[in-house]
Amino acid sequence: MKHTISVLFENKFNAIPRMVGLFSGRGYSIESISFGQGEEPGLTRATITTEGAEQIIEQIVKQLHKLVDVLKVVDLTYEPFVERELALVKVNSTPSTRAEIMQVTDIFRAKIIDISPKTLTIEVTGKSDKVNAAIGMLMQFGIREIARTGSVALKREFQGHI
Amino acid sequence: MKSGSEILVQALMDQGVDTIFGFPGGAVIGIYDVLYRTPQIKHVLVRHEQGATHAADGYARATGKCGVVMVTSGPGATNTVTGIATAYMDSVPIIVFTGQVTSAMIGNDAFQEADIIGITRPITKQSYLVKDVNQLSQVIHEAFHIATTGRPGPIVIDLPKDITMAKAIYKKINEINIRGYHPTYKGHSQQITKAAQMISNAERPLLYVGGGVNTGDAAEELRTLAKKGKIPVTTTLLGLGAFPEDDPLSLGMLGMHGTWYANMAIMDCDVLVAIGARFDDRITGKLSTFSTNSKKIHIDIDPTCISKNVQVNIPIVGHVKEILPKLAEAVKKTRSEKWLKQIEQWKKEHPLKYGSGKDKILPQRIIETIAKVTDHEAIISTDVGQNQMWAAQFFKYKNPRSFLSSGGLGTMGYGLPAAIGAKIGCKDKTVFCITGDGGFQMNIQELTTAVNYKVPVKIAVLNNGYLGMVRQWQELFFGKRYSQTILEDGNPDFVKLAEGYGAVGLRITKNEDVESVIRESLKIKDKPVVMDFFIEREENVMPMVPAGASLTDMIEGTV
Ligand SMILES: Cc1ncc(C[n+]2csc(CCOP(=O)(O)OP(=O)(O)O)c2C)c(N)n1
Ligand SMILES: [Mg+2]
Repeated sequence: MKHTISVLFENKFNAIPRMVGLFSGRGYSIESISFGQGEEPGLTRATITTEGAEQIIEQIVKQLHKLVDVLKVVDLTYEPFVERELALVKVNSTPSTRAEIMQVTDIFRAKIIDISPKTLTIEVTGKSDKVNAAIGMLMQFGIREIARTGSVALKREFQGHI
Repeated sequence: MKSGSEILVQALMDQGVDTIFGFPGGAVIGIYDVLYRTPQIKHVLVRHEQGATHAADGYARATGKCGVVMVTSGPGATNTVTGIATAYMDSVPIIVFTGQVTSAMIGNDAFQEADIIGITRPITKQSYLVKDVNQLSQVIHEAFHIATTGRPGPIVIDLPKDITMAKAIYKKINEINIRGYHPTYKGHSQQITKAAQMISNAERPLLYVGGGVNTGDAAEELRTLAKKGKIPVTTTLLGLGAFPEDDPLSLGMLGMHGTWYANMAIMDCDVLVAIGARFDDRITGKLSTFSTNSKKIHIDIDPTCISKNVQVNIPIVGHVKEILPKLAEAVKKTRSEKWLKQIEQWKKEHPLKYGSGKDKILPQRIIETIAKVTDHEAIISTDVGQNQMWAAQFFKYKNPRSFLSSGGLGTMGYGLPAAIGAKIGCKDKTVFCITGDGGFQMNIQELTTAVNYKVPVKIAVLNNGYLGMVRQWQELFFGKRYSQTILEDGNPDFVKLAEGYGAVGLRITKNEDVESVIRESLKIKDKPVVMDFFIEREENVMPMVPAGASLTDMIEGTV
């Protein structure tokens, strides 16, 4: 099963290689990993999506926690959480396909951020499956390049009933 | 203002370091210049950097203090890798200072540059490349803290040459506060209460004790628990010495070459209490059949060890020295009488045994003789292979921190340098190194170190002319095809070799000389002694659980 794990750590020299090395050294898979500054300078948040049996995931969480530089590890999978990914997709476009591409872009509430005589670059954000769907729909036009950030996620705070 | 080198040496003194094992080179020449005028710290010049790491490891295991290593950049640093991995697998606190090319040159493939931080990343608890001399003191004091607390482990500190020359004001750091590092010591009190109830209600309880009890200095606390609950105790290889083997409650070692009765007990018990042990595959044998009828309690300082291989009912994360007394207090005497009788019966029916051939030199008897003449008080270091297993099975350890062996990594070449480190750390103890004719040669150069510093370690080479343990597997599982395991003709004359190094060399070819030679070795106080025992060549280590088999499928061997 897919898990989304959020890790807050002090971004000291060697902290990121240790975190990544833990996965390769122990044979765990990384589907995506993203890093960015956390809530204070010096703190970085990593969002890791990985896959594995429960026992493996338990080990991953414990092993991450064991790293000296790591402050907090949360497996978000079992809690309500918000998740976003951003992708930039460069597709071929011709005068005849341009309108259709723009339609697809609209449906996914994506944005066109660059245009050239032969290409359009589209920015799409959302959960990974929405990003996947958008890319799937754009495939027919011929995709030249894709850059994706990988998921970033946080626990959802509002958990009341309506 | 002090130079980086001076800060380093001052910080070491403030940490109470009295001994460094090392080997100089261009990148650390400035540090050695400071050591030259620092008589408070004894620097032991080894003859290979691997020897330095094992010596520091032996020193640390025997004394409980942190071992310190100093080497130069590039090849000096890479030579420490096996020693670091050995310490990492067995949770031994050592700090390895590696020289590095100047900061500006890092990444340029400079002369004697190696990315030692990258190379050692998976085998260190933490590592540092010092980029600012003002951080040096902080880094060193932090490293000692991390290496020796929680689950201990090795740390590498990489020191670019310019950092050792740059100047700063030295500040001793007394308080270490690392935001992400707070090892759990206390143990959850409700879990301890639940565990005590489970143990008290047991009829067939068993304590399975690992290296954590030696590392955590909790042998006394363990004994109290065992005695109060009338609970038998078996230990792992690294747990040897944590519980006295002359105690009727002791079952000796379990696992691949454990005693028959320890392995039976672990399969038959109803409550299994793992203490500072990690259910290693050499202990459990085939996992799916391992101790299936027992409820399990697991006490360990490292949460990643819990439920990694074997699911447990009550995990308790914390330090054994904190938890065992609380557990002992809450535990009632168990109803173990029948169980203890059963175990007695097993001990009678399936004792550890070996052949009787009067005129043969049997390795098991050598170990027993060393134990006898030292009253089981010696510190024993071993190599890896048959020699290691006989040393584990037949010595009958009484004291914690008296058995030094590479358990996790299984490093041949560990024995001699570890013995030297242990003897330097424990001057009033007799230190024996039990080694093989193969492993001895892997760090034999350290004989010079022992001669140089007048370290009177006693080296017992169990010379079978084989890479014996591998030959044993070939005999049992590969149709006696002794592929690349016959050393006999290629072996050097260990007696002459010892003499060449300036040590004493003694050859033993008759069984009746075994004891007298061992006694003679004890009289030599100013140099190492190499005893070359020509043992029965094809003696096997028994009993044995074949790799991947159930613990109940032990081969007992014929005697
Ligand atoms: C550095 C290293 N290389 C290889 C091995 C694999 N190995 C394990 S035991 C053994 C044989 C050791 O022979 P020897 O030192 O003569 O000891 P004996 O088993 O004969 O007592 C070998 C090669 C190892 N453990 N360590
Ligand atoms: Mg041998």
